Amino acid sequence: MQFEFLLEQVVNGLVLGGYYLLIALGLSLIFSVGGIVNLAHGAFYALGAYICVELTSRLGFSPSVVISPLVVALLGILFERFILRRFYTADPILSLLVTFGLAMVAEQAIRMIWGAAPVSTEIPQSFRGSIIVGDFLFSRYRLLILGVVAAILLGVWLLLHKTSFGRVVRAGIQQPDMVAALGIRLQPYMTAIVMLGVGLAALGGAFFAPITTVHPAMGADIMTIAFVVVVIGGLGSFWGVVIAALLVGVVRGIAIHFEPAAGEASIYILMFLVLLVRPRGLLGERIEKFE
Amino acid sequence: MIRYPRRTLLRAGAAFAGAAALGFPAIVSAQAEKIRIGHLTPLTGFLGVIGSYAQLGAKLAADEVNASGGILGKQIDLLSEDSINPATAATKAQRMLEQDGAVLLLGEISSASALTIMQVAERNKKVFFSTGARSDALRGKSCNKYSFHCDIPNTVMVNAVGTALSQQGMVKGKKFFTLTADYIFGHDLLKAAKIFFGAHDANLIGDELIATDVTDFSPYLLKVRQAKPDVVCCNLAGNQVTNLVKQYAEFGLPYPLVGFNLNTGDAWAAGAGNLSGTWPTVWYHTLQSPTSQAFVAAFTKTHGKPPENHAWIDYITLKLLAEAINTTKSTDSGELIAYFEKQAQFDIGKARKAYFRTWDHQLVQEAYPFTVKPKDQMKDQWDMLVLGDAVPAANDPLETIYPTREQNPCEMKA
Repeated sequence: MQFEFLLEQVVNGLVLGGYYLLIALGLSLIFSVGGIVNLAHGAFYALGAYICVELTSRLGFSPSVVISPLVVALLGILFERFILRRFYTADPILSLLVTFGLAMVAEQAIRMIWGAAPVSTEIPQSFRGSIIVGDFLFSRYRLLILGVVAAILLGVWLLLHKTSFGRVVRAGIQQPDMVAALGIRLQPYMTAIVMLGVGLAALGGAFFAPITTVHPAMGADIMTIAFVVVVIGGLGSFWGVVIAALLVGVVRGIAIHFEPAAGEASIYILMFLVLLVRPRGLLGERIEKFE
Repeated sequence: MIRYPRRTLLRAGAAFAGAAALGFPAIVSAQAEKIRIGHLTPLTGFLGVIGSYAQLGAKLAADEVNASGGILGKQIDLLSEDSINPATAATKAQRMLEQDGAVLLLGEISSASALTIMQVAERNKKVFFSTGARSDALRGKSCNKYSFHCDIPNTVMVNAVGTALSQQGMVKGKKFFTLTADYIFGHDLLKAAKIFFGAHDANLIGDELIATDVTDFSPYLLKVRQAKPDVVCCNLAGNQVTNLVKQYAEFGLPYPLVGFNLNTGDAWAAGAGNLSGTWPTVWYHTLQSPTSQAFVAAFTKTHGKPPENHAWIDYITLKLLAEAINTTKSTDSGELIAYFEKQAQFDIGKARKAYFRTWDHQLVQEAYPFTVKPKDQMKDQWDMLVLGDAVPAANDPLETIYPTREQNPCEMKA
């Protein structure tokens, strides 16, 4: 029985990791293309959640969970055009400061619009409850999230590896000067990637609004875990982030199975061990700007 | 860069210097007309949401007292700050008493932070009214002469819910599984719960200590399912209660979820369709008493939403402090202690008046169990709870739900 319980935690950890992935992937994408560590990423996550709650009371859950990330992605255009664009070639410390400042401004803005008290929303009746497969219990809602994450992962991979858009983006990451010399303007590609990144964060927020507390500081809470995932996976690595997110979910589940009090500490210990062996993270590449 | 003419700068500088020389003494004397009171409460972290209600409650009380003439004919200058964590709480408490000239302190929700403020109060020989901290230990073995405790302690919350559960046949011979916040408050609540289970033939078959920064409870819910309890009991605090309640509804486990601690702010955040079961509360805005209803009306008018129980307790505490200062005609901590130790009675908006017990400084008052209203019967999003009968029953003395002198190891040094 013990083994089955442990296995159940591992499977549940993979599902949880899928959700972490949604937040961390956007963070990693924006970093790979622009070289910017976006500390405001959590703010877009929170906005996604709040807009989704706001829309749900008018339109119901399903349309809201689609529209909310799209609205935030549009905000991403303004974010890229008026803020990030100035910092692609600047000292990384400046973009850290400006995105950190933006995160604080966004949190206060949310407080002003929606108030400091949390807003509440629920999972629609049709997605509630659990499915029992053999001895394993799955939350129906989390299985839905896992399905969406898998589809998005496939979509982003195809976009980056099978389209001309992706070829330009990947070339731009490795040889921006060469791409420019070929007469290709990288700006629109940057805008698109930032839109995609913050849109994914907002989708994470929208999906998690019904099962966590929706409060102004929720963005700051999620940033810690997103950073742990990105650092373990290696900054800028697509598969690194995927593996790290799943690993973090599983390690946490196993730790809670054996030693509940060490549940949260376990992921930091994992990060410590990975960095000890591989300072660039599991699949991280050498980044000249930072080394 | 904008360049200002040098002359303008000089003129501005001279004006500023002049204003400083003339204006500052006026400001200093204006401040001396006010009585400064230090108010600390967490505005960030897992207790931040209910802390922000506490701040609004204290501010409303100060405004009302000031509008009706203040205390000892002077205005209250309420210095309200975010206590964040125990270390910051102690540092700010120290600063408020030593540098800002606060005559006394009130506030706090976190039991861990309240404990550090209590130590600062004792060192400085100034009174501290702990408004929202519930750990039994604070009014038990850690009690001190300068600290007063306004919220109901953990033992009372356990007794309020436990009595209601017993009446529903959910205690005797039942298997309980508890989820407990891993800090002084949670440990303390679990201890009170264990005493209750022991006295009522219930079995505790599993307990998980949960760090205060946990937001995802799925691994713990799997452990609950493995244990197959009769009742799951939530001993968490703040945002964590909301997260657990939401995720419990998500997983749809068949075991009833009850809890020994909940604030109405957490219940509202959880949403009507997610919360069920029986829980304790110290106050709710539907309580029918003139004092409570006047407070609810004033708060709702200012903030567009009804007050949460922490808004009420910080409001009522500052009000009874003002009353005490006006009666004793003094802000001296020694005189205030002597006044409260005479067990003066206060209208706190409940059926029965409340008083501070002389030997442990606990505000003795009624508590309530509540259940959740069906969604279609709610008047608005805040009308979620159905209050049970106040405990103790009207014929029983108030102290019957509080720890007795034998159970509560409080020894105050003179």
